[in-house]
Amino acid sequence: MDEIRERYQKVFEDVFGPAAGTPHSEFVFGENGWDSVVHMSLITELEDEFGIMFDTDDILHYGSYQNGLRLLEKYEIR
Amino acid sequence: MGSLLEGKICLVTGASRGIGKAIAELFAAEGAVVYANSRGGRKAGPDGSGEAGSPGEAAFTEEDRIRPVYFDCADEEAARRAVFSIYREHGRIDVLVNNAGIVYNEPIGMISMKHVEEMLRVNVYGTINMLQLTSRLMMRGRAGGSIINISSVTGIYGNPGQSAYSSTKGAVISLTKSAAKELGPMRIRVNAIAPGLTLAGEAYKTDPAKIKERIGNIRLGRAAEPEDIAKACLFLASDLSGFVSGQIIAADGCTVM
Repeated sequence: MDEIRERYQKVFEDVFGPAAGTPHSEFVFGENGWDSVVHMSLITELEDEFGIMFDTDDILHYGSYQNGLRLLEKYEIR
Repeated sequence: MGSLLEGKICLVTGASRGIGKAIAELFAAEGAVVYANSRGGRKAGPDGSGEAGSPGEAAFTEEDRIRPVYFDCADEEAARRAVFSIYREHGRIDVLVNNAGIVYNEPIGMISMKHVEEMLRVNVYGTINMLQLTSRLMMRGRAGGSIINISSVTGIYGNPGQSAYSSTKGAVISLTKSAAKELGPMRIRVNAIAPGLTLAGEAYKTDPAKIKERIGNIRLGRAAEPEDIAKACLFLASDLSGFVSGQIIAADGCTVM
Protein backbone atom coordinates (compact mmCIF):
# COMPACT_ATOMS: atom_id res chain seq x y z
CA MET A 1 0.00 0.00 0.00
CA ASP A 2 2.96 2.34 0.61
CA GLU A 3 3.87 2.25 -3.05
CA ILE A 4 0.25 2.86 -4.03
CA ARG A 5 0.05 5.73 -1.58
CA GLU A 6 3.18 7.29 -3.06
CA ARG A 7 1.83 7.09 -6.58
CA TYR A 8 -1.51 8.47 -5.39
CA GLN A 9 0.23 11.37 -3.65
CA LYS A 10 2.29 12.09 -6.77
CA VAL A 11 -0.85 12.36 -8.90
CA PHE A 12 -2.35 14.84 -6.44
CA GLU A 13 0.84 16.90 -6.40
CA ASP A 14 0.98 16.96 -10.22
CA VAL A 15 -2.68 17.95 -10.59
CA PHE A 16 -2.85 20.57 -7.83
CA GLY A 17 0.59 22.04 -8.41
CA PRO A 18 2.74 23.81 -5.86
CA ALA A 19 0.28 26.66 -5.28
CA ALA A 20 -2.07 24.40 -3.31
CA GLY A 21 0.65 23.29 -0.92
CA THR A 22 1.44 19.65 -0.33
CA PRO A 23 -1.74 17.58 -0.74
CA HIS A 24 -2.54 15.59 2.39
CA SER A 25 -5.22 13.41 3.90
CA GLU A 26 -7.38 16.39 4.90
CA PHE A 27 -7.81 17.56 1.29
CA VAL A 28 -11.49 17.70 0.40
CA PHE A 29 -13.45 18.69 -2.67
CA GLY A 30 -14.36 22.40 -2.61
CA GLU A 31 -11.16 23.52 -0.87
CA ASN A 32 -7.57 24.13 -1.96
CA GLY A 33 -8.73 24.88 -5.50
CA TRP A 34 -10.37 21.48 -5.85
CA ASP A 35 -13.22 22.45 -8.15
CA SER A 36 -15.06 20.39 -10.79
CA VAL A 37 -12.49 21.12 -13.51
CA VAL A 38 -9.58 20.10 -11.30
CA HIS A 39 -11.61 17.09 -10.19
CA MET A 40 -11.98 15.76 -13.72
CA SER A 41 -8.24 16.25 -14.33
CA LEU A 42 -7.54 14.38 -11.12
CA ILE A 43 -9.85 11.54 -12.13
CA THR A 44 -8.24 11.27 -15.56
CA GLU A 45 -4.73 11.24 -14.10
CA LEU A 46 -5.64 8.66 -11.47
CA GLU A 47 -7.27 6.44 -14.08
CA ASP A 48 -4.17 6.70 -16.24
CA GLU A 49 -1.82 6.03 -13.36
CA PHE A 50 -3.68 2.97 -12.06
CA GLY A 51 -5.17 1.65 -15.30
CA ILE A 52 -8.75 1.83 -14.13
CA MET A 53 -11.98 3.56 -15.10
CA PHE A 54 -14.10 4.93 -12.28
CA ASP A 55 -17.83 4.55 -12.56
CA THR A 56 -19.77 7.79 -12.59
CA ASP A 57 -21.11 7.46 -9.05
CA ASP A 58 -17.59 7.11 -7.71
CA ILE A 59 -16.53 10.26 -9.58
CA LEU A 60 -19.49 12.16 -8.19
CA HIS A 61 -18.95 10.98 -4.62
CA TYR A 62 -15.17 10.96 -4.57
CA GLY A 63 -15.17 13.87 -2.15
CA SER A 64 -11.81 13.69 -0.44
CA TYR A 65 -8.22 12.51 -0.55
CA GLN A 66 -9.00 9.79 1.98
CA ASN A 67 -12.10 8.54 0.24
CA GLY A 68 -10.12 8.30 -3.00
CA LEU A 69 -7.73 5.89 -1.35
CA ARG A 70 -10.66 3.74 -0.24
CA LEU A 71 -12.05 3.81 -3.77
CA LEU A 72 -8.80 2.48 -5.20
CA GLU A 73 -9.27 -0.63 -3.08
CA LYS A 74 -12.70 -1.08 -4.62
CA TYR A 75 -10.95 -1.26 -7.99
CA GLU A 76 -8.53 -3.79 -6.54
CA ILE A 77 -5.59 -1.39 -6.43
CA ARG A 78 -3.84 -2.60 -3.29
CA MET B 1 -12.25 -0.83 -50.11
CA GLY B 2 -10.95 2.56 -49.11
CA SER B 3 -8.73 3.71 -46.32
CA LEU B 4 -10.46 6.75 -44.87
CA LEU B 5 -10.58 5.09 -41.45
CA GLU B 6 -7.43 3.00 -41.67
CA GLY B 7 -6.43 1.84 -38.19
CA LYS B 8 -9.15 3.71 -36.38
CA ILE B 9 -10.95 2.07 -33.47
CA CYS B 10 -14.68 2.65 -33.79
CA LEU B 11 -17.68 1.76 -31.66
CA VAL B 12 -21.10 1.75 -33.28
CA THR B 13 -24.16 1.23 -31.11
CA GLY B 14 -27.32 -0.44 -32.33
CA ALA B 15 -25.33 -2.09 -35.08
CA SER B 16 -27.07 -5.42 -35.58
CA ARG B 17 -29.36 -4.12 -38.31
CA GLY B 18 -30.47 -1.20 -40.44
CA ILE B 19 -28.48 2.04 -40.32
CA GLY B 20 -26.13 0.82 -37.59
CA LYS B 21 -25.23 -2.29 -39.52
CA ALA B 22 -24.57 -0.25 -42.66
CA ILE B 23 -22.32 2.10 -40.69
CA ALA B 24 -20.35 -0.78 -39.21
CA GLU B 25 -19.89 -2.39 -42.62
CA LEU B 26 -18.79 0.81 -44.32
CA PHE B 27 -16.38 1.76 -41.54
CA ALA B 28 -14.81 -1.70 -41.67
CA ALA B 29 -14.53 -1.46 -45.45
CA GLU B 30 -12.66 1.81 -44.95
CA GLY B 31 -10.08 0.13 -42.75
CA ALA B 32 -11.47 0.60 -39.24
CA VAL B 33 -11.70 -1.96 -36.48
CA VAL B 34 -15.37 -1.73 -35.60
CA TYR B 35 -17.03 -2.80 -32.37
CA ALA B 36 -20.64 -3.41 -33.32
CA ASN B 37 -22.88 -3.11 -30.31
CA SER B 38 -26.31 -4.56 -29.78
CA ARG B 39 -28.26 -5.50 -26.72
CA GLY B 40 -27.84 -9.17 -27.47
CA GLY B 41 -31.45 -10.12 -26.86
CA ARG B 42 -32.52 -9.49 -30.43
CA LYS B 43 -31.50 -10.91 -33.73
CA ALA B 44 -31.90 -9.28 -37.07
CA GLY B 45 -34.55 -10.43 -39.49
CA PRO B 46 -34.27 -10.13 -43.26
CA ASP B 47 -36.69 -7.22 -43.35
CA GLY B 48 -34.83 -5.37 -40.64
CA SER B 49 -37.27 -6.32 -37.92
CA GLY B 50 -36.09 -7.78 -34.65
CA GLU B 51 -37.47 -10.60 -32.55
CA ALA B 52 -36.87 -11.66 -29.00
CA GLY B 53 -34.15 -14.22 -28.57
CA SER B 54 -31.09 -14.95 -26.50
CA PRO B 55 -28.26 -14.75 -27.00
CA GLY B 56 -28.23 -12.25 -29.82
CA GLU B 57 -27.01 -13.35 -33.18
CA ALA B 58 -23.67 -11.91 -34.20
CA ALA B 59 -24.19 -10.19 -37.52
CA PHE B 60 -20.48 -10.24 -38.32
CA THR B 61 -17.33 -12.10 -37.51
CA GLU B 62 -13.98 -10.93 -36.26
CA GLU B 63 -12.31 -11.74 -39.57
CA ASP B 64 -14.48 -9.06 -41.09
CA ARG B 65 -12.88 -6.53 -38.76
CA ILE B 66 -16.26 -6.18 -37.10
CA ARG B 67 -16.44 -7.40 -33.54
CA PRO B 68 -19.83 -7.82 -31.88
CA VAL B 69 -20.17 -6.44 -28.36
CA TYR B 70 -23.35 -6.99 -26.39
CA PHE B 71 -24.55 -4.50 -23.80
CA ASP B 72 -27.37 -2.09 -23.12
CA CYS B 73 -26.18 1.47 -23.78
CA ALA B 74 -28.38 2.77 -20.97
CA ASP B 75 -26.88 0.36 -18.46
CA GLU B 76 -24.10 2.45 -16.90
CA GLU B 77 -22.08 -0.40 -15.48
CA ALA B 78 -22.34 -2.69 -18.51
CA ALA B 79 -21.46 0.15 -20.87
CA ARG B 80 -18.52 1.26 -18.72
CA ARG B 81 -17.08 -2.25 -18.68
CA ALA B 82 -17.51 -2.62 -22.44
CA VAL B 83 -15.93 0.67 -23.49
CA PHE B 84 -13.09 0.29 -21.01
CA SER B 85 -12.42 -3.20 -22.30
CA ILE B 86 -12.09 -1.82 -25.85
CA TYR B 87 -9.85 0.96 -24.57
CA ARG B 88 -7.61 -1.48 -22.71
CA GLU B 89 -7.19 -3.61 -25.80
CA HIS B 90 -6.25 -0.77 -28.15
CA GLY B 91 -5.19 2.09 -25.89
CA ARG B 92 -7.77 4.38 -27.48
CA ILE B 93 -11.22 4.74 -29.03
CA ASP B 94 -11.24 7.07 -32.02
CA VAL B 95 -14.86 7.13 -33.07
CA LEU B 96 -18.21 6.60 -31.36
CA VAL B 97 -21.44 6.43 -33.35
CA ASN B 98 -24.43 6.74 -31.06
CA ASN B 99 -26.92 5.03 -33.30
CA ALA B 100 -28.96 2.87 -30.91
CA GLY B 101 -32.51 4.14 -30.80
CA ILE B 102 -36.14 3.13 -30.81
CA VAL B 103 -39.23 4.73 -32.25
CA TYR B 104 -42.94 4.68 -31.49
CA ASN B 105 -45.08 6.81 -33.77
CA GLU B 106 -48.18 7.82 -31.83
CA PRO B 107 -50.51 10.79 -32.30
CA ILE B 108 -51.22 13.14 -29.40
CA GLY B 109 -53.99 11.58 -27.37
CA MET B 110 -52.61 8.11 -27.97
CA ILE B 111 -49.08 8.61 -26.72
CA SER B 112 -48.18 5.78 -24.38
CA MET B 113 -46.13 7.12 -21.48
CA LYS B 114 -44.55 3.71 -21.20
CA HIS B 115 -43.28 4.15 -24.73
CA VAL B 116 -42.13 7.68 -23.97
CA GLU B 117 -40.11 6.39 -21.05
CA GLU B 118 -38.64 3.63 -23.20
CA MET B 119 -37.63 6.07 -25.95
CA LEU B 120 -36.12 8.51 -23.45
CA ARG B 121 -34.13 5.70 -21.87
CA VAL B 122 -32.60 4.46 -25.10
CA ASN B 123 -32.51 7.57 -27.29
CA VAL B 124 -31.48 10.14 -24.70
CA TYR B 125 -30.20 8.48 -21.53
CA GLY B 126 -28.28 5.83 -23.47
CA THR B 127 -26.79 8.40 -25.82
CA ILE B 128 -25.65 10.65 -22.97
CA ASN B 129 -24.22 7.67 -21.12
CA MET B 130 -22.19 6.49 -24.10
CA LEU B 131 -21.00 10.00 -24.92
CA GLN B 132 -19.89 10.58 -21.35
CA LEU B 133 -18.05 7.29 -20.97
CA THR B 134 -16.35 7.32 -24.35
CA SER B 135 -15.33 10.98 -24.27
CA ARG B 136 -13.59 10.40 -20.93
CA LEU B 137 -11.43 7.78 -22.63
CA MET B 138 -10.88 9.96 -25.70
CA MET B 139 -9.57 12.70 -23.41
CA ARG B 140 -6.92 10.43 -21.97
CA GLY B 141 -4.99 9.96 -25.18
CA ARG B 142 -4.91 13.69 -25.92
CA ALA B 143 -5.51 12.68 -29.54
CA GLY B 144 -9.22 13.40 -29.20
CA GLY B 145 -11.83 11.67 -31.31
CA SER B 146 -15.09 11.97 -33.16
CA ILE B 147 -18.53 11.38 -31.69
CA ILE B 148 -21.45 11.08 -34.06
CA ASN B 149 -24.97 11.11 -32.68
CA ILE B 150 -27.82 9.87 -34.82
CA SER B 151 -30.76 12.25 -34.53
CA SER B 152 -33.61 12.61 -37.03
CA VAL B 153 -35.07 15.29 -39.25
CA THR B 154 -38.13 15.08 -37.02
CA GLY B 155 -35.89 16.44 -34.25
CA ILE B 156 -35.22 19.50 -36.40
CA TYR B 157 -38.58 20.16 -38.05
CA GLY B 158 -41.11 18.14 -36.02
CA ASN B 159 -43.68 15.89 -37.65
CA PRO B 160 -47.32 14.98 -36.96
CA GLY B 161 -47.62 11.69 -35.11
CA GLN B 162 -44.06 11.89 -33.86
CA SER B 163 -44.26 14.41 -31.01
CA ALA B 164 -42.75 12.10 -28.42
CA TYR B 165 -40.14 10.55 -30.71
CA SER B 166 -39.11 13.90 -32.15
CA SER B 167 -38.66 15.22 -28.61
CA THR B 168 -36.06 12.57 -27.93
CA LYS B 169 -34.26 13.36 -31.18
CA GLY B 170 -34.42 17.08 -30.47
CA ALA B 171 -32.68 16.30 -27.19
CA VAL B 172 -29.93 14.56 -29.14
CA ILE B 173 -29.43 17.74 -31.17
CA SER B 174 -29.12 19.87 -28.02
CA LEU B 175 -26.75 17.35 -26.52
CA THR B 176 -24.60 17.45 -29.64
CA LYS B 177 -24.30 21.23 -29.62
CA SER B 178 -23.47 21.50 -25.92
CA ALA B 179 -21.08 18.56 -25.88
CA ALA B 180 -19.23 19.92 -28.91
CA LYS B 181 -18.59 23.16 -27.03
CA GLU B 182 -17.51 21.39 -23.87
CA LEU B 183 -15.31 18.74 -25.48
CA GLY B 184 -13.76 20.86 -28.23
CA PRO B 185 -10.79 21.92 -26.09
CA MET B 186 -10.00 18.21 -25.65
CA ARG B 187 -9.95 17.79 -29.45
CA ILE B 188 -13.13 15.75 -29.40
CA ARG B 189 -15.50 16.62 -32.22
CA VAL B 190 -19.22 16.05 -31.69
CA ASN B 191 -21.68 16.15 -34.58
CA ALA B 192 -25.05 14.67 -35.43
CA ILE B 193 -26.58 13.16 -38.51
CA ALA B 194 -30.31 13.69 -38.90
CA PRO B 195 -31.60 11.02 -41.28
CA GLY B 196 -34.78 11.58 -43.20
CA LEU B 197 -37.05 8.73 -44.30
CA THR B 198 -34.78 5.69 -44.43
CA LEU B 199 -35.74 2.26 -45.68
CA ALA B 200 -34.69 0.34 -42.60
CA GLY B 201 -36.31 -1.02 -39.47
CA GLU B 202 -39.69 0.50 -38.74
CA ALA B 203 -40.12 1.90 -42.24
CA TYR B 204 -40.76 -1.61 -43.48
CA LYS B 205 -43.82 -1.83 -41.25
CA THR B 206 -45.30 1.39 -42.59
CA ASP B 207 -48.17 1.43 -45.07
CA PRO B 208 -46.59 1.56 -48.60
CA ALA B 209 -49.02 4.32 -49.59
CA LYS B 210 -47.73 6.49 -46.76
CA ILE B 211 -44.15 5.78 -47.73
CA LYS B 212 -44.96 6.89 -51.27
CA GLU B 213 -46.59 10.05 -49.98
CA ARG B 214 -43.54 10.86 -47.85
CA ILE B 215 -41.18 10.23 -50.76
CA GLY B 216 -43.19 12.90 -52.60
CA ASN B 217 -41.76 15.38 -50.06
CA ILE B 218 -38.16 14.44 -50.83
CA ARG B 219 -36.66 16.58 -53.55
CA LEU B 220 -34.12 13.96 -54.54
CA GLY B 221 -37.08 11.69 -55.27
CA ARG B 222 -36.35 8.67 -53.12
CA ALA B 223 -36.04 7.50 -49.54
CA ALA B 224 -32.60 6.99 -48.07
CA GLU B 225 -30.97 3.59 -47.95
CA PRO B 226 -29.03 2.83 -44.76
CA GLU B 227 -25.84 3.17 -46.81
CA ASP B 228 -26.68 6.81 -47.56
CA ILE B 229 -26.68 7.55 -43.84
CA ALA B 230 -23.52 5.52 -43.33
CA LYS B 231 -21.67 7.63 -45.91
CA ALA B 232 -22.56 10.82 -44.06
CA CYS B 233 -21.25 9.21 -40.87
CA LEU B 234 -18.06 8.22 -42.68
CA PHE B 235 -17.39 11.87 -43.46
CA LEU B 236 -17.78 12.84 -39.82
CA ALA B 237 -15.72 9.90 -38.58
CA SER B 238 -12.83 10.57 -40.95
CA ASP B 239 -10.20 13.27 -40.95
CA LEU B 240 -12.03 14.88 -43.87
CA SER B 241 -14.20 16.57 -41.25
CA GLY B 242 -11.30 17.45 -38.97
CA PHE B 243 -12.51 21.03 -38.52
CA VAL B 244 -16.23 20.25 -38.28
CA SER B 245 -17.86 20.10 -34.85
CA GLY B 246 -21.19 21.01 -33.28
CA GLN B 247 -23.03 20.51 -36.57
CA ILE B 248 -26.30 18.78 -37.36
CA ILE B 249 -26.19 17.38 -40.88
CA ALA B 250 -29.53 16.38 -42.37
CA ALA B 251 -29.11 13.34 -44.61
CA ASP B 252 -32.64 13.60 -45.95
CA GLY B 253 -32.45 14.09 -49.72
CA CYS B 254 -33.71 17.66 -49.23
CA THR B 255 -36.94 16.83 -47.48
CA VAL B 256 -39.70 19.43 -47.36
CA MET B 257 -41.74 18.78 -44.21
